[in-house]
Amino acid sequence: MIRICSVVLFFFACAGGLVSCKREDRILRQPPSGAYTLNAVQVSGLNPGIHSTDVPPPTNMYQESAYAVSEGQKLFNEYNCSGCHAHGGGGMGPPLMDNYWIYGSDPGNIFATIMQGRPNGMPSFRNRIPEYQAWEIVAYVRSLSGLLPADVAPSRMDEMDVKPAESSMPRQTPIGITGNPGSPQ
Amino acid sequence: MIGQDENPARALHKWPRFPKIAKRRAAGVLANFSAVMPGGHSVLDGAASQGRHIERLFSVLFFVCLGVYFLTLLFFAIGGRRSYNPAEKPLPIVKTPEADAVAKWWVGSAVGITTVLVFVILVLSIRTGMYVQDVSAQNSVTVKLTGHQWWWEVTYPDSRADQTIFTANEIHVPVGQRIAVLTNSADVIHSFWAPSITGKRDLIPGYSTAFSFTVDRPGTYRGQCAEFCGLQHAHMGFSVVAESPEDFEAWRQSQLTAAKEPESALTRSGQGVFLTHACVMCHAISGTTAGSHVGPDLTHFASRGEIAAGLLPNNPGSLAGWILDPQRIKPGTTMPPNNLSGEDLEALVTYLESLK
Amino acid sequence: MIETREAQIVEERAVRVRQGERERLARTWAHPAGFWGWFTNVSHTAIGIRYMVTSFIFFLLGGVLAALMRLQLAYPEQHLLGPDRYNQIFTVHGSTMIFLVVVPMMFQGFGVYLVPLMCGTRNIAFPRLNAFSYYVYVGGGLLLWIGLLLNIGADAGWFAYPPLSGPQFSPGKRVDFWAQMITFTEVSAMAVAVCLATTILRYRAPGMTLNRMPIFLWEKLVLSLMVMFAMPAVMVVSSMLLLDRLVGTQFFNPAEAGDALLYQHLFWFFGHPEVYILFLPGAAIVSTLLAAHCRREIFGYTPIVVSVVATGFLSFSVWVHHMFATGLPQTSESFFTAATLMIVIPTGTQFFCWIATIWNGRLQFQIPMLWVSGFVATFLVGGLSGPILASVPVDTQVHDTYFVVAHFHYVIIGGSIFTMFAGLYHWIPKMGGFLMNETLGKIHFWLFFVGFNMTFFPMHILGLRGMPRRIYTYPPEMHWSGLNLLASIGAIFMAAGVLVFVWNFLQSRWSGERAGDNPWGAGGLEWATTSPPPEYNFLELPTVNGREALWDAAPNQPIVVGLRSDIQELLVTHSLDAEPQLKEKSEGHSIWPFLAAIAVSLTFVGSIFNAWAVPIGAIPVIATLVGWLWPRGSSPPAPEVVGKEA
Repeated sequence: MIRICSVVLFFFACAGGLVSCKREDRILRQPPSGAYTLNAVQVSGLNPGIHSTDVPPPTNMYQESAYAVSEGQKLFNEYNCSGCHAHGGGGMGPPLMDNYWIYGSDPGNIFATIMQGRPNGMPSFRNRIPEYQAWEIVAYVRSLSGLLPADVAPSRMDEMDVKPAESSMPRQTPIGITGNPGSPQ
Repeated sequence: MIGQDENPARALHKWPRFPKIAKRRAAGVLANFSAVMPGGHSVLDGAASQGRHIERLFSVLFFVCLGVYFLTLLFFAIGGRRSYNPAEKPLPIVKTPEADAVAKWWVGSAVGITTVLVFVILVLSIRTGMYVQDVSAQNSVTVKLTGHQWWWEVTYPDSRADQTIFTANEIHVPVGQRIAVLTNSADVIHSFWAPSITGKRDLIPGYSTAFSFTVDRPGTYRGQCAEFCGLQHAHMGFSVVAESPEDFEAWRQSQLTAAKEPESALTRSGQGVFLTHACVMCHAISGTTAGSHVGPDLTHFASRGEIAAGLLPNNPGSLAGWILDPQRIKPGTTMPPNNLSGEDLEALVTYLESLK
Repeated sequence: MIETREAQIVEERAVRVRQGERERLARTWAHPAGFWGWFTNVSHTAIGIRYMVTSFIFFLLGGVLAALMRLQLAYPEQHLLGPDRYNQIFTVHGSTMIFLVVVPMMFQGFGVYLVPLMCGTRNIAFPRLNAFSYYVYVGGGLLLWIGLLLNIGADAGWFAYPPLSGPQFSPGKRVDFWAQMITFTEVSAMAVAVCLATTILRYRAPGMTLNRMPIFLWEKLVLSLMVMFAMPAVMVVSSMLLLDRLVGTQFFNPAEAGDALLYQHLFWFFGHPEVYILFLPGAAIVSTLLAAHCRREIFGYTPIVVSVVATGFLSFSVWVHHMFATGLPQTSESFFTAATLMIVIPTGTQFFCWIATIWNGRLQFQIPMLWVSGFVATFLVGGLSGPILASVPVDTQVHDTYFVVAHFHYVIIGGSIFTMFAGLYHWIPKMGGFLMNETLGKIHFWLFFVGFNMTFFPMHILGLRGMPRRIYTYPPEMHWSGLNLLASIGAIFMAAGVLVFVWNFLQSRWSGERAGDNPWGAGGLEWATTSPPPEYNFLELPTVNGREALWDAAPNQPIVVGLRSDIQELLVTHSLDAEPQLKEKSEGHSIWPFLAAIAVSLTFVGSIFNAWAVPIGAIPVIATLVGWLWPRGSSPPAPEVVGKEA
């Protein structure tokens, strides 16, 4: 019996080392909108004064869950983000697969971009989509340039194969503004 | 004496009262256990000629198999009783060549009878199959059915765009006319199944198939997705509304019109809520700027009997609950929760319920 | 006086010789001891029992999942389990019962333990491959269950149809775990199929011609061949699914000329033979038990064997009856209806032969026969709802409803679990050397039988009333609640029955009556040795004179002599007429199969996360295989003549 148990434990150890539990979470009931304010987001590297504000950049709980990222992918297509960003390759809007981020690559930056809209065509989605959906889209947008782990990022879709799957996208180290004020760009 | 017998009818009427209630209760309990269910959702309660053909074939097969079952068990029982021996220790071996020679004939004829039965079943089955699967006849109405996670997009296609009807989760058909259904799927495999109408047909992405049926009893028949399709497979219902050809035509005409313009201040405000909140991202209402076909078309929303793919009755109360927190009712559904104020919600619900 | 004394000396010498032989054999075939000994053991009795114990543990676990589902469905609109949990639970329940319980128990467990004994040989062919198969099977089982406990439980159904199981609609690693579990268990089943087929064809006792081979061995042979042809289909298809999910191939993507139906064809090309892989071992047990407990040779040996072979062939031509609702052309559907109905004929033939066996025998109605009668009463319900389902129009109505759930539980529980218990009550005295308690056995049977019918019979009606499968809840208006509650109550009885069995087993093992060599007076070779059998199985390798070896044995039936007892030597005979041909050294105990299984498991698990795991993992796999197959300098066997001795 002890021998069997030790084998079982061994396998547990092997398997436990390989899996991250958050990846499989399927959060079906979302927190209500308004749990998070946009003011915490730094949209530009410029700061008044020497010291930055103390607000830490917001994290995105959704970018650890494969299900949420996949939902973000679905919403990205359903809300016609592809209409301008063309599956991330860029068209009327800037590409999302590359390493250049006009308004920042941090989750908070992207969230603010989606919710507030940006000049030259990016509409504001505030009140149009619930905040959790915006966060899911944020997670997906980051996966487009390989910023998420490969086991969380979506694999191919059941559609025309127009670009490599997000999970096989090499990481594009962001340049441009990040949400960490004061850091040299 | 006379007084007592004055009104025997009333006495008679009085007596069975209790049994009547008991009977009704018993019927209620039995309804829970009998094979036929009220409400047009049963294989054994066919309302279309296809469903009834299958029902008849099922009954034949059922009784044949029932007979075979009891006959086989009977032979096992008789054989066991015949040769039963209660000895504790293992008995010596028997050899019965004469009896085996007789048994050979019995077994041989049993196999023969089985073979004949198999062929009879085969012929019956193919005949019914040819009837049920026949799509060659002239169809009067064509319905295009597209499965989505977890609702049914129903389109009545027409070569003229303004004659095409978009609706969801409710298939209206005229009684007595042949309906052709074209199937497709937008995401995963679903399966159309209205037990009282006809058998299933899978909706497979990449495959467009056709089947047809003729409903001959007016009524509303329930159906449900029968192929596992993810989180809300359990709540992917629809209904088939069979009505007289005149009623169907009236329904068709009303569906072809644009959505009703809001008339009161409340509905106007509700339309505003609809167009400035998340609703507009997925739903379409013809005649407004809402034109997304991600979710069901709501142009004639109030004409439908149920919401959330057959899960809730279409009334203001359940609609309000559904809009506020669909994830509590149908966890995993694509509809997001909406944080609306009381006034906004009331206006929105009133507006939607005015879209006859 | 002198003659008697000489006879006595001869006798004493014979006893001494036998004693010496026994000690040498025991030394040669001894199971390795100690912690590592457990992992090096390649004896078929040890591996067979491990298969049985492990699959029984999975049976209990799968039962727990079934109980959870019945709890959830007992009342309408319950929220005990959400859809996410429920989907994982029903998927893992189905996958466990099929891949980790019934096949490993009925094919691998009973097969590995009994086939060499029934053949009258000392070990299975390729014993290391056999041991390897066990560890791989355990690896697959642990993968699935650890996944479930870590919220990575597969949730796309035990059939995992794409696109739902594909990369877009099943994000995360859940389906990958499922697909790799398939690979594990199928590798294991394939390995055992090779071992069993070889054992049956080449290691039979002299005299056991094909024509005298017990029906149990016939069925195991047919099964092994079915496994060899059916399992590759599912391994291929699960690998294709994995490739779609991990590498981004387009096998099942209709937008890129892939085909979602292709998966179903390949899956059911395995899936329907699988049904007979589940049922035939049960039929084999019934044929064997009926002969033993009716005190006569089975009636209609040839028709039964022909039926089994025919079932094996026909089972490969019926797969489309799982796909009648997909809208295939009517002509091809009719062909598959015909083929499916044809299977009724061989199955019916077996039943009729069994009736004749009982009719013309002397039925001794002990616990194993109680379970056989339970099998008849329940399997027949499932067997006869089969033709109903074979008919295309009716199938389109009841397909994927609770009618089908009822049907295949009657077939699988009736055909495999009832016969499994029958077989366990029959052979546990051989495997453990103790008799099971009769009273507890009866309680077990009646609880299980009543509970089973209470659970699954109402499901026929639920299906006809429109309850689809795989729904995590249902609205109260549907009037499905009464029958569902009844089904859930029945599940309690079944669970209680199984617990009684476990108790019976433990208690009988502790203090049960000793069984003796042949408590049932059965005729198979497995009863020609002690209970439990020694490590070397037989002190004197038997020869065979008829279909029931012990019943047909001549008063001084010859034995095989000339096999060395100082090395693990086996007798290889001709595959048709079982004439002795050569002697072969059986591979000894070794740690390499275990290490190879670990290497293979790590490769499989790693490939879920990164495709590079396959080439990198190949290195340890090859290394362990080299270690496994490294030639050991063993002395060539002395040129002794193998012969028979009276």
